[in-house]
Amino acid sequence: MARRLRGNGNGSGNGNGHRTPGQRLAEVGEKVRGSQAWTSIFRPGSIFRKGYTDSPRNRSYVIMNSLLYHLHPVKVKRHAVKVSYTLCLGGLSFFLFIILTVTGIFLMFFYRPTAVSAWNDIRTLETSVSFGLLVRNMHRWAAHLMVLSVFLHMSRVFYHGAYKPPREFNWVIGVVLLTLTLLLSFTGYLLPWDQLSLWAVTVGTNMMGYTPVFGTQVKFALLGGVEIGTDTLLRWYVLHVLMLPFVIVIFMAVHFWRVRKDGGLSGPL
Amino acid sequence: MTEVPEHLLRRSKERRAALGLPVPGGPEAGAPGASAPAEASPAAAGDSEKIPPHLLARSQAQGEGQAQPAAATATAGAAPAGAATAVATAPPQAKGPEGHTQRLLTVVKAGSIQDVRATPTDKVHVWPHLLIGEFVACMAMSAFLLVFSALVNAPLLASANYNFTPNPSKAPWYFLGLQELLTMFHPMVAGVTIPGIGIFALMLAPFSDRNPSIKPEDRKFAIALFTLFIMFWAVLVIIGCFFRGPGFNFTFPWRDGVFFDL
Repeated sequence: MARRLRGNGNGSGNGNGHRTPGQRLAEVGEKVRGSQAWTSIFRPGSIFRKGYTDSPRNRSYVIMNSLLYHLHPVKVKRHAVKVSYTLCLGGLSFFLFIILTVTGIFLMFFYRPTAVSAWNDIRTLETSVSFGLLVRNMHRWAAHLMVLSVFLHMSRVFYHGAYKPPREFNWVIGVVLLTLTLLLSFTGYLLPWDQLSLWAVTVGTNMMGYTPVFGTQVKFALLGGVEIGTDTLLRWYVLHVLMLPFVIVIFMAVHFWRVRKDGGLSGPL
Repeated sequence: MTEVPEHLLRRSKERRAALGLPVPGGPEAGAPGASAPAEASPAAAGDSEKIPPHLLARSQAQGEGQAQPAAATATAGAAPAGAATAVATAPPQAKGPEGHTQRLLTVVKAGSIQDVRATPTDKVHVWPHLLIGEFVACMAMSAFLLVFSALVNAPLLASANYNFTPNPSKAPWYFLGLQELLTMFHPMVAGVTIPGIGIFALMLAPFSDRNPSIKPEDRKFAIALFTLFIMFWAVLVIIGCFFRGPGFNFTFPWRDGVFFDL
């Protein structure tokens, strides 16, 4: 196609070998769309590819040939796409996790996890960084929303009886994900290093100290000392930005994989 | 000729033994696959890889011509004793319209190899039916979050101070149910035992609820129990958030204000 266009440009352009900017642009567009990079990213079925028409074949290709979309099967049960069935809660939990990752990475650029600088960094972020306040707000509210949506998702699944065979294993994974979500939220709670976080975490870790048999050791390991301080902050920071996200992503992958292996959504009721 | 798998040979041997047929490669012929005695005719060899005697006889009869159908039985009759019994119990040697003969090799029941579920399900394409919905949900959530974050600021109190304990000090809202329990029980019970048992009981839900039905009318007890469970936590969290004031004492938010930061 590109070659044909070039020929046309010489033949029927304006007669003296010059092409209009529009023709050049079209030519460049053709070249880009014919390039290996373009055809590798936009696989058959992509609407960014020439010749996409709405056909069952292309609808299948959209899902099969996309890295992101092939989390989904090509087809799902009709009742499973009804918003009133799932209320989008599982998907929104995942979407909130993505928002939290993106906003969290932004926050990491401005934050040092030490008792001396943590609070000041947040203060500076809010007052002197473009969109700093907005992004921090989004991170905080998305975190609370994620706890809520994960909990509501669990309730939805229970009321649909979707934990019953063959989905028992995935239910257990889901409960682990709920626990990890709570832990992620709780570890993040300490990081602003204000009065709210310090004393909320004090209440929480004091309770963990009452774990039978090795309560003192649990508390010591969590705090990195006998009381909350810089070591605690570093420890919880690493848990919050690295370890727990890493673990939860693994569990989420298993969770999504099991949804498909167990035959998609349960029901209809 | 292709090698017959070991387990199929064994199964066929068991089946033949059960039917009272002579077992090829059985005790009298040694291990399966052992070469037949040299002097035995190919038809009598009893080896499963060889052509069965009655088929050989039939093809010989074919070769001699259609005019002598009796020759087939005669040849078969001449076969050694073991093969003769097989011929006797073999299905009648019918000929097709073109003179073809067919032989039933085996009957494989579909269920034993693959589970065929013929229940038709009503399915739709993920693109566009599901992806559009997901896209709209994500956009709506993003818009809500953006607007809410623009309007409401996340709390940032004074810098952490060990020497000043705020009154009341509260855990994050999702742990306020536990903190509420702390007013009633020993910290080990409220902070470790009850939440531990709660998480464990949740994980065990599919194993303790053996009722196979997912219809709400069939599982009233499970639904009632779970509703009770989440209501219990919701009430505790709401009390902890809004009805606890200085000293974690009971207050009314409309009387003394709200002592709560998200």
